Amino acid sequence: MLTESLFFSAVLFTIGVVGVLTRRNAIIIFMCVELMLNAVNLTFVAFAQVYGVAGQVFVFFVMTVAAAEAAVGLAIIIALFRHRQTVNLSNINLLKG
Amino acid sequence: MTHNELPLFYVFHFYFFGIVGIASAIAFVTRKSPVAAALWLVNTMFCLAAMYVLLDAQFIGAIQVLVYAGAIMVVFLFVIMLLNLGHASALSDARGMSGKLIAGLVGFAILAQVFALTRAHVPEALTLPENALANQFARSGAIAPLAGPLFKEYLLAFEVTSVLLLAAVVGAVVLGKRKERIRAH
Repeated sequence: MLTESLFFSAVLFTIGVVGVLTRRNAIIIFMCVELMLNAVNLTFVAFAQVYGVAGQVFVFFVMTVAAAEAAVGLAIIIALFRHRQTVNLSNINLLKG
Repeated sequence: MTHNELPLFYVFHFYFFGIVGIASAIAFVTRKSPVAAALWLVNTMFCLAAMYVLLDAQFIGAIQVLVYAGAIMVVFLFVIMLLNLGHASALSDARGMSGKLIAGLVGFAILAQVFALTRAHVPEALTLPENALANQFARSGAIAPLAGPLFKEYLLAFEVTSVLLLAAVVGAVVLGKRKERIRAH
């Protein structure tokens, strides 16, 4: 099942990348990043079946980082929304030259 | 596990959850309403949890449901509803034609790279004997084989992760604080 898992993981990761590049809603872009992390987790679990249990331990760390990232990122989005009343990234262009 | 030995029941469910997960992911990136998108993403995460269980990672599957589908996505939905983004706006938030073209090209390139990787040869010396992981879990439970490496070989990473979580909690509170209250002090 290694090849099939890698196939599904690749497709999910690509959907996440395309989502990040095509959407402008900050929260949806953020959820696309979560989808990419999930795709990588699937790869880790699939390889754990072949290489040993360390891959499953790594998934723990990825999940912890994802949880921390979600907490901080959503706080940033809320702070941004207070300033601009929008989460549409085309309206948030302060750094644009 | 080699492909030929697997029962049809197993293979059917693996493909079923994989295809449903990918369909949900496609629905997730194409929905306009953020609430609908978040719920489709929850569906993808449930499918991934089922695939983890099929790949001999029962505990990871349970954690996936509890942490990802349960905790992280609830926080996302909470923020979406707090910011009152639930209504699909009149204008779609998708980028224009150039953005879609670039996304398509990048997506195709990444897909090609990862497919090239799936054809990579796995060195024999590194691989475990067949069903080694399943047998290990059958002998000492689904959690003990994970806890051993976590608290021995990866103890430093584990401790650093706790610092990371503390920093994230402090950062979230500081960012979420209202500015007016800071000035009042």
